Amino acid sequence: MNKEVMIKIRQLKIAFGDYVVIDNIDLDVYKGETLAIIGPSGTGKSTIMKVLDGLLAPTSGSIVINGQEVSEFDEDAWNEIRKNMGVVFQYSALFDFLTVGGNVAFGLKQHFKLSKEEIDNRVSSLLELVGMPDSENLLPSELSGGMKKRVGLARALAIEPKIVLYDEPTSGLDPVMTTTISKLIKKTQEHLGVTSLLVTHDMKSCYVCADRIAMLYKGKIVQVGTVEEIKNSSNPIVQAFINGWEFKEEENDGNK
Amino acid sequence: MFERLSRSVGKRILNFTRDSGRMTMLWIETLKHLKDASPKEIIRQMALLGADSVPIVMITILCTGMVFSVQTAKEFVRFGAGNNVGGIVAIAMARELVPVLTGVVVAGRIGAAIAAELGTMKVTEQIDALRVMAANPVQFLVVPRFIALVLMMPLLVVIGNLIGDIGGWIVSHFYAGISTFSYKQSIRELAELYDIFGGMIKSSFFGGIIAIVGCYKGLNAPNGAEGVGLATTASVVLSIILIFITNYFLSILIFV
Repeated sequence: MNKEVMIKIRQLKIAFGDYVVIDNIDLDVYKGETLAIIGPSGTGKSTIMKVLDGLLAPTSGSIVINGQEVSEFDEDAWNEIRKNMGVVFQYSALFDFLTVGGNVAFGLKQHFKLSKEEIDNRVSSLLELVGMPDSENLLPSELSGGMKKRVGLARALAIEPKIVLYDEPTSGLDPVMTTTISKLIKKTQEHLGVTSLLVTHDMKSCYVCADRIAMLYKGKIVQVGTVEEIKNSSNPIVQAFINGWEFKEEENDGNK
Repeated sequence: MFERLSRSVGKRILNFTRDSGRMTMLWIETLKHLKDASPKEIIRQMALLGADSVPIVMITILCTGMVFSVQTAKEFVRFGAGNNVGGIVAIAMARELVPVLTGVVVAGRIGAAIAAELGTMKVTEQIDALRVMAANPVQFLVVPRFIALVLMMPLLVVIGNLIGDIGGWIVSHFYAGISTFSYKQSIRELAELYDIFGGMIKSSFFGGIIAIVGCYKGLNAPNGAEGVGLATTASVVLSIILIFITNYFLSILIFV
């Protein structure tokens, strides 16, 4: 694997007042890989995403994306980074006031000067890629949860980003749809060679699409490794999480 | 007890200054992006926010014109000043009643709708989605609504003046027995076009207030359905208070 680092996080701290969500973490995401951040709800996974797409400023620490230090960026500077970044939101976040086609075309119209025909062609091929052909004229309110996620994915991929951030792409979906979306993420990475960062607590999806996994627990990275390394981890927190066991902190403290 | 009281007062003062500052920043940013708004979206908002408000404004102002006439016409006739009723109704309508009441009605109907729409967009991450797709939410959402209301309020006021004067005529004619000629003649003699223009200018400011307050409250809605409800209520209350305060100063500036 090419070991060029696409996203480099060093000593990243995110705090709201006295409440520290992310506590001085270091993490590298290599070019072309899919890294999944796993961890229980409320450990700050989505907060990391918000910092990586510029929606939230970090309290301290350094973030380098594609060679640029972004932790002090303003909105205009972020917009340059965002031209190469697609984000899939936890609840899809499709624009209610636009049709499915309008949603997918939004980024294209925003970033590129393309003819209507080019945009239409691109939108229909993307919708086909995510398994929703001929749905351009539907409204988001007419779609099911899984369909919304797929349109959200098509929207994120429309600008042919170098980096895609997925925030819980499979939460709230049935098992079949979870597999479909996970395979789609894998397919996207293989076909387009994008660097993907995936935040999830769905291990099944993680095993399908991730190259490496980082386990986040109480604001700290407990372990980073390949899927196999994480599966065979000796860390009790990782084992408890991936197997869905109840984790008792006192026991762990006793073991130490 | 004293400490708790001062804490609570202090918190309110802090919140008030924070909100005032941020709302002023939103005004400034909106004015900065005035030229960047999409004409198509402005026209859509003008229809949605302005044209659709005509019926409710008409009913409110018709009743106000009628009731104003009920309270004045017979008294004026008793003092031998029945010839002045039309002018009095027209001036009161043009300078104060129509702009302020249209402002209140639009704040209730449109201000609430704007806060609810933007609040829902905020809690469903659509505002975040706009930002990560490099679209400025102020340019995209606030400016078209602001321009639409600033342009449509004066038009609503013109219609309101016509309807209010008709309401006044109905009552003064059929209830107080004032002739149509004398009613019209007194409007011609006492009222000036400046009265209507002054009212239109005031209503433009009210439109701006309603748009900015509605958008500010929506964009800053606390999370969840309850947050949207709170934002909606707060936007109506604040818009109406600001309309009354601004009205006092604008009336002094324009008419004194």
